[in-house]
Amino acid sequence: MRLFIACALLMCAGAAIAADRDALTVIVVDPYLELHTGPGRGFPIVQVVPRGETVQVLKRRTDWFQIRDAAGHEGWVHRSQIAETLVPAGAKLEIDDPAREDFTAHRREVGLMLGDFGGANVVTVYGAYAFNAHLSGELALSHLLGSFSDGQIVAIGATHVFVPEWRIQPFASMGTGLIHVEPKSTVAQSPPRTDQLAYVGVGVRSYLARRFILRAEYKNYVVFTDRDENEEAYEWKIGFAFFF
Amino acid sequence: MENWIRVLLLTAVLGMTGCAWMPWRDKPATGTAPTGTAPAGSESTARRADQTPVGSEDNQVVIDPQVERRDVRPARIDTENWEAGAYIGSLSVEDFEVNVVYGARLAYHINEDFFAEGIVGFSNAGLSSFERLSGSAPLLSDSEREFTYYSLGFGWNALPGEVFLGGRRALNSAIYLTLGAGSTRFAGGDRFTLTAGAGARVLVKDWLAAHLDIRDHVMEIDVLGKNKTAHNFEATLSLTAYF
Repeated sequence: MRLFIACALLMCAGAAIAADRDALTVIVVDPYLELHTGPGRGFPIVQVVPRGETVQVLKRRTDWFQIRDAAGHEGWVHRSQIAETLVPAGAKLEIDDPAREDFTAHRREVGLMLGDFGGANVVTVYGAYAFNAHLSGELALSHLLGSFSDGQIVAIGATHVFVPEWRIQPFASMGTGLIHVEPKSTVAQSPPRTDQLAYVGVGVRSYLARRFILRAEYKNYVVFTDRDENEEAYEWKIGFAFFF
Repeated sequence: MENWIRVLLLTAVLGMTGCAWMPWRDKPATGTAPTGTAPAGSESTARRADQTPVGSEDNQVVIDPQVERRDVRPARIDTENWEAGAYIGSLSVEDFEVNVVYGARLAYHINEDFFAEGIVGFSNAGLSSFERLSGSAPLLSDSEREFTYYSLGFGWNALPGEVFLGGRRALNSAIYLTLGAGSTRFAGGDRFTLTAGAGARVLVKDWLAAHLDIRDHVMEIDVLGKNKTAHNFEATLSLTAYF
């Protein structure tokens, strides 16, 4: 684990150093570009670049772009002003910005949800891939944290969105997976067990802003035990996801 | 029981295929595509029309037709919304002494105000005062004394600003609040944990930030006989890089 963290840090440092490669040059079209000292609305404006000047776009952090003017002054400019600049070929600068339309057509989605699984707390991380606007496949890893037992669920399933054009989209889901339950050591000893399960569910997801989605769902699980009766569990969860 | 489930699953499958085949479903999709692109097109034409007079009036051309041809690339701007790094500090495990904690942190900056954050940390709990004073057998084995946690959640840059080093240097900074949920593995079990914290971030370089974080890991624990809510406070220093 220590090695992993060290490697991750080195990679980040590498990425940051490699970032300072040749920058994009744009021409100012707004009367002035306002250069803030930091990437935020509260940072003071210390420079302006007049219309017609060229500036280099060094990097972007959320909605703010770090630029350098011909005299070498650096500062942060808001997206609304950068969107009004031209590339040297004369075309408008295209900024890759996710919007409401992309929510309808997005392919990949990664999210985190919290909730309750049959009385135990549950933390879920999931990834989804959309085959078309309606149907997507999903892989979810859940961590169950109850008073008497802990467990993990790994599940794959399909999610069907009824009306992808809506901002708030109801969906239905179904899938299958494995559940591993380990009773807590302080409670009477019973062996850990792994069973297959299946679920059906309904939920709703809503576009928040940029790449973000709010998602809530309710699932009915059936655990296929090797005893006489199967077990049923209900789960509700709420969380957020981002698409890309 | 199982028949009931089969019926339910079959109904769900039929429902899904049925919806996917509905012919009216496709109409809005094809209808929205042109309307989605039309405003963008008309806006750029409008802008072009609007720029030409500006250029001719000032006798200063915004679009120079004589401009030297160069490699035209799509706007590939380096985005730095991710932040990753490591931290070290001290963690007070309730009833089990204060110990060194180290961990890793990954954050995604959604906008200038909010970020999503995940942390994972490791520590070793010490002896409880009961174990120390009574001299009896230890309550926990060495492996049960390992304290590992993860937490996933959100942060809010509540007080962004600058800090000044002497008269010549100003560094961007922020004081932020975080809230997350996750799990702690301690004393032979995983425990649901809520993590609340506050931190201060100073950008030493444009890509490098130093953080001072205070967090409280709140969980239910029953090691000392009775179930209780334990607060495990932690103070850490970290270095993170934006990428």
